[in-house]
Amino acid sequence: MTNAVTCRQLFKRYESGKKAVDAVRGLDLEVRRGECFGLLGPNGAGKTTTVEILEGLLAPTSGEVEILGQRWGAGRDHELRQRLGITLQETKLLEKLSVLETLRLFRSFYKEGIEPEKALAMVSLQEKASAWVRKLSGGQRQRLAVACALVGKPELLFLDEPTTGLDPQARRQLWEVVTDLKQQGNTILLTTHYMDEAERLCDRVAVIDHGKVIALGSPRDLIARLGGEHIIEFSLNHNGGRVIEPAFFSGIEDVRSAVQEAESYLLTVSEPHRSIPVFLEFLRKENLELKSLTTRHVNLEDVFVSLTGRHLRDD
Amino acid sequence: MIERRAFIQLVLTHLRGYIREPEAIFWTYGFPLIMVIGLGLAFNNDAETQTAFTVAQQSASHPLVNKLKHDAKFKVDVLPMEQALDAVRRNRTPLVVSVGAGGGFEYYFDPTNPEGRTARSVVDDALQRAGGRADVFPSAEHKTDAPGSRYVDFLVPGLIGMNLMGAGLWGIGFSLVDMRVKNLLKRLIATPMRRSQFLLSLICSRIVFFIPELLFLLIAAHLIFGVPIAGSYLSILAIAFLGSLTFAGIGLLTASRARRIESISGLMNLVMVPMWLGSGIFFSAERFPDLLQPVIQSLPLTQLINALRAIILAGAPLASQTTAFLVLGTWCVASYLAALKLFRWG
Repeated sequence: MTNAVTCRQLFKRYESGKKAVDAVRGLDLEVRRGECFGLLGPNGAGKTTTVEILEGLLAPTSGEVEILGQRWGAGRDHELRQRLGITLQETKLLEKLSVLETLRLFRSFYKEGIEPEKALAMVSLQEKASAWVRKLSGGQRQRLAVACALVGKPELLFLDEPTTGLDPQARRQLWEVVTDLKQQGNTILLTTHYMDEAERLCDRVAVIDHGKVIALGSPRDLIARLGGEHIIEFSLNHNGGRVIEPAFFSGIEDVRSAVQEAESYLLTVSEPHRSIPVFLEFLRKENLELKSLTTRHVNLEDVFVSLTGRHLRDD
Repeated sequence: MIERRAFIQLVLTHLRGYIREPEAIFWTYGFPLIMVIGLGLAFNNDAETQTAFTVAQQSASHPLVNKLKHDAKFKVDVLPMEQALDAVRRNRTPLVVSVGAGGGFEYYFDPTNPEGRTARSVVDDALQRAGGRADVFPSAEHKTDAPGSRYVDFLVPGLIGMNLMGAGLWGIGFSLVDMRVKNLLKRLIATPMRRSQFLLSLICSRIVFFIPELLFLLIAAHLIFGVPIAGSYLSILAIAFLGSLTFAGIGLLTASRARRIESISGLMNLVMVPMWLGSGIFFSAERFPDLLQPVIQSLPLTQLINALRAIILAGAPLASQTTAFLVLGTWCVASYLAALKLFRWG
């Protein structure tokens, strides 16, 4: 079986006047059928340009693209479009159409598909069926946009920044929608600059920076490459003005690295259940008093920081 | 089959977008009707057959002036001399009459103002006759203010044409640019929707509205002012249909590349203002200098209004309007071809 998406050595240069911007510089991707694949990267990394090229909405400057075994512009674009579901990064649907009317319109373009009412149920918008789009909240609009992508029963679903600008509750609702779609075996390619989103939803992630893939793998793999999987983050009460360097803690058993961020110290460890008792004993002996202590998993943000030296959301 | 379903949904979408916009309804139906009523009353013939003038106070009791005061053809104001002269200078009255030192009448008016000249002749004539002057020979009057030749009759086909132009350009142009701004055009071409079908549905939904727009204004003017409808409704509909189709095409062309609402507003005005001024909505386009006539006559609105006037007021048969058909048809075909070539979806 062919891949859902294959692209090789994709380049895209935008020329405006004398200035040229290379948005995508030699990008390779493979998305397998049935997986949820994430393009993760900061704003301006080239995610949207890449996706729009894959969707056949932009022509690449060079490179090869194959979607569901077909190329764009080979005379069968219409047939290919029948098999894709797409949400763009920012689409405002018609304000004065009702939710159901909007879905009926999108359904009418596809030969095969599901009932508009069923698509509404998939994104839990049934009670808004007769409301005008104008009356919907940001999260509801975004779920409607996803429903519009679903009515054609797509073999491959593109979601470009599906939760950008949504409040936490609306994001969680949309995650549920995507998780359901995943469980039904849909192939999904989504872009995001939220590492928690990629970690939670994606089977595999390509980390993109400056138009290139800089890391590829499952979120778990990418994290494992950092060494430890957990981070102990703590701060100390003032101890008579004593200055303590992070290196002071690196000798503790199981600590892979130690860094300081403002008042907090971050220790990377692989087995917190062993390292924490040792750590506490160390503090008692040194006569140091804890002000706060938390532990968390290493996340993709930490991966991105270790690869680029920058945070994902440094805008 | 599926194509037809998509087409119907697209037309429904455009129609809903339009009828759910109360402001659009007002500008299409309410505003032109207010124009017809307002201008129809302002240029009412009763007012024009009455001659207004001002008499200086010290001359107001003159017996001949008194006769004119009681004549319905005159509307006489009385003011102290100073104020009366001030009024004629400020164009608030066309003529001031006073009795001079020698007992004769003196007239004060601006000779460059046609109203002043007319008032002077009419008032002088009436005073001379009232004073006993006899006509040298008999004369007869044939009045031509029958329905069909009044200003309001002239105005209504002009406003219908203007309305068809405005509705066509705005209806198509504005909604297209709005959709482009919202990224909706791009979203739609990401589906298997046929692009030609989308444009066709927009034109069709626009065309559906020309019938009520046209008939509403025509029938309202007929009922309120007795504007005659001399030609056949079928002929009127036929030429209005071609006009609507043409303006829809020009709207499509105007909107083919604009990416912002501000730029489409500017472009619309650029296209429409020359026709508002030149195409004879409010006065005959023939009044422009001969040098400009080739330009004026090749504007689509000029031809549409000419044909509407000929058919509505004079009952001209459709077949006599070949120039209008040729000019409109050329604009129509050319604008669609150019729009399809230039149109930008993303």
